[in-house]
Amino acid sequence: MGSLFRSEEMALCQLFLQSESAYTCVSELGELGLVQFRDLNPDVNAFQRKFVNEVRRCDEMERKLRYLEREIRKDGIPVLDTGENPEAPMPREMIDLEVKFEKLENELKEVNSNAEALKRNYLELTELKHILKKTQVFFDEAMYPPNLPYDQDVYFDDEERVNLLTDSSLHQLKHIGFVAGVILRERIPAFERMLWRACRGNVFLRQAEMDDPLEDPASGEQVYKSVFIIFFQGDHLKMRVKKICEGFRATMYPCPEAPADRREMAMGVKTRLDDLNTVLSQTQDHRHRVLVSAARNIRAWMMKVWKIKSIYHTLNMFNLDVIQNGLIAECWIPVANLEDVQLALRRGTEKSGSLPAILNRLSTHEAPPTFHRTNKFTKAFQTLIDSYGVATYREINPAPYTIITFPFLFAVMFGDVGHGIIMALFGGWMVWREKPLAAKKTDNEIWNIFFGGRYIILLMGLFSMYTGLIYNDIFSKSMNLFGSSWHGVYDESTIEHNKELILDPGNREQYSQTPYPFGLDPMWQLSTNKINFYNSYKMKISIIFGIIHMMFGVILSVWNHRFFDRSMNIYCEFIPQVLFLTCLFVYMVFLVFHKWVWYGALGTVSQSSSCAPSILITFINMVLVKGYQDHEGEDCSPYMFAGQFGIQRFLLIVALLCVPWMLCVKPFLLHRNNKRRQLVTQANGGEGMVEEGGEAAAAAAAAAVTEELHDMGEVMIHQGIHTIEYVLGSVSHTASYLRLWALSLAHAQLSEVLWSMVLQIGLTSGGEGGSGGIVMYLIFAFWAFLTVAILVLMEGLSAFLHTLRLHWVEFQSKFYGGTGYPFVPFAFETILDQAENAVVEQ
Amino acid sequence: MNMKICGPKCSLCCTLISAWGIVQLGIMGILFWVRSPAFIEDLKIDDSIMHPAEVDIHGNAKRYLEAMDDSFHTIALNCWIAALLYIVTLFLSGWQLWVNNRISA
Repeated sequence: MGSLFRSEEMALCQLFLQSESAYTCVSELGELGLVQFRDLNPDVNAFQRKFVNEVRRCDEMERKLRYLEREIRKDGIPVLDTGENPEAPMPREMIDLEVKFEKLENELKEVNSNAEALKRNYLELTELKHILKKTQVFFDEAMYPPNLPYDQDVYFDDEERVNLLTDSSLHQLKHIGFVAGVILRERIPAFERMLWRACRGNVFLRQAEMDDPLEDPASGEQVYKSVFIIFFQGDHLKMRVKKICEGFRATMYPCPEAPADRREMAMGVKTRLDDLNTVLSQTQDHRHRVLVSAARNIRAWMMKVWKIKSIYHTLNMFNLDVIQNGLIAECWIPVANLEDVQLALRRGTEKSGSLPAILNRLSTHEAPPTFHRTNKFTKAFQTLIDSYGVATYREINPAPYTIITFPFLFAVMFGDVGHGIIMALFGGWMVWREKPLAAKKTDNEIWNIFFGGRYIILLMGLFSMYTGLIYNDIFSKSMNLFGSSWHGVYDESTIEHNKELILDPGNREQYSQTPYPFGLDPMWQLSTNKINFYNSYKMKISIIFGIIHMMFGVILSVWNHRFFDRSMNIYCEFIPQVLFLTCLFVYMVFLVFHKWVWYGALGTVSQSSSCAPSILITFINMVLVKGYQDHEGEDCSPYMFAGQFGIQRFLLIVALLCVPWMLCVKPFLLHRNNKRRQLVTQANGGEGMVEEGGEAAAAAAAAAVTEELHDMGEVMIHQGIHTIEYVLGSVSHTASYLRLWALSLAHAQLSEVLWSMVLQIGLTSGGEGGSGGIVMYLIFAFWAFLTVAILVLMEGLSAFLHTLRLHWVEFQSKFYGGTGYPFVPFAFETILDQAENAVVEQ
Repeated sequence: MNMKICGPKCSLCCTLISAWGIVQLGIMGILFWVRSPAFIEDLKIDDSIMHPAEVDIHGNAKRYLEAMDDSFHTIALNCWIAALLYIVTLFLSGWQLWVNNRISA
């Protein structure tokens, strides 16, 4: 039976695969995703496994693909996600893939290194161009030094001056050497200082900044450089200058002296630069083309490589059967899917064309994994339960009931129509746009949590709208849909003279004697004693819901006992548990209902509200067995119904008897069973004593006795713990359900405070004109933001946590074991998802 | 026509609040106009009318009722004006949302 009621039946199977068909069979099983393989070589080191070479090859392929992906992303080429799911390729294809990737990687590496060399060349040529341009200025200045004083007296006419200077300058220039180069702008000051100090001021440095930044080929970033030229005289200084330039990592360029040569060089450099530009752009185009063609297939390749790797990891877990040249695997398969697995194996063996694989079912005492078949709706609730503890194999699953009880208990704590609408709309949008939102893979964890729980959020919102209607609370105001049952009858003078007035429910004019049809009367929202009424109501319904929830949990344990053949537990645990809970707490619930029905505003005095006894005091007195003295002639009776004292005493005795029942009966029965079995073995062992070596049998019997004594001690302790836990737990858990009241009170009060402190300011502001409208506009935005942030998000999270705790502790402790381990099948879907998420996180 | 004033998150937030504001302020305006008693604590009534110095039962009551009516009327108009401003905001933020979608697409 495949349902959520209890986990699926699992079978431990042995698989005999032929070596040729092993790969394809595992590939088919991976696509199916219903088989969990056991590792038959747990002690074997990863490097000693059979298929370690193939795994290594897969790792290499993955590395190459990642390099390709990085390059594709660097160029900004979009990677198409066609959504296709390629099958795992055959081992022969793997070699093809390897060759292809190798070729692509080498090509890309070559292109990259070529581009780098070209860029370096380009940089040098650009620097040379700048040098030639700038040094022109320097040489001009050297010809006509700007700081020569032009005195009136020392005025030569042009020709003379030129000739004079030309002679002397040329004369000078013949002995003056120079060095031209390019250096980073930041280094210029230190460079200058160094030159001055080292050459004792005998060199002359001119420098000019280059306006455009140049691209550094290694790092790819833009740097600013300056052109410099150093004039010196003599070889000694030349060596020194050269050494300093090298030290400061300035690149030097040969610069011809004559201007004509320089012009020629400049033109040559220009043409070479143009050529380089075309070559560079062609290289980039080629690289782009290669990457675009790779980008089309890269996703499919990645998925294939991941699949191959996972298949080889799985094959590593198998045992080698040398005799028949095959592989043996052990796996857990759900019994309902044995046919599907057989079909998959047949497909795999057909593909590889060898002998069919054999599926053999084993019997074992090991605990199988727990497998719940869930769909996208039930998966979220199952996750909530599994977070506390995975169900023991074939135990009753609390998840299907959680689908309704969780949103309901949340809504009891959250009850507000307005906030419920916000939550339901948010959940509804996520459910409506499920497919496109799921396709977007983000690593934003908060969004993933919200999206994973979209059905829970939608249900919580809808249920909150319902409880909001019952509490009659929409953003802390009440709705009057059916007409209030309370009517004001006081005249003007009474109202004038009294600050507060009471509406009496016994007065037919003030209260119409028929209650508001659905939910709380809207008049309560405007009354000053609203909280008194709400408290009494909410506390009582919290207790009622709590007792129902816990009783349901206890009753569920019957199915567990029956399934696991523990009928003794039904008589020794279940029945006293139910009796205890009923006699004390269900009786209290009965008292609540009786008080609600019996006492009212109309009727005799003994039935009036002033005479209604407190249920809590009644309950305490019941447990303390305190009776009341009967006062004659008094209107109010401490008892709610006739014979109450006798009934209460009887219930108390039954409940108290349940405690030793829970504590002692089961160990006693176990002890008796053991004794009986011991006698039987002794009788058999006695005959055996005569036949075989008697000592061994006697020792075995003695061991059995001591074992049984140990067991008895353990059983007693276990039973004691269980009993105390249940008895004390039932009181504390019942009180724990009062958090339903506490949180709903807090929510209502927060909502009211937010309205009166924020929105009311906006409503009451402004004069006759429209200024109030603008204030209202601003304040509404603020109020809306606070509503979502505090009341929906914070209170919602708080109520969610408390509901979760109520389920995990108060409900599940009555029947749930939760000691299983989950079923993790070998499925390509999960593996691909994990691998993709790992990539996205990078 | 393609000027971006605020980013995608801001424009989405503003659009949602505007839509909510239009609906809620519109309904609240109608409820204040029909003098719904649920909002009786939100009215703005002068202190001299709320706690009158002299004892004039009928006069005080009449003045109080008139003040209540005025306040209901004023607040209803304020709510509707705010709703109108939110309609304008809805258009602006909707336009920004469209611009942001075009930029990212």
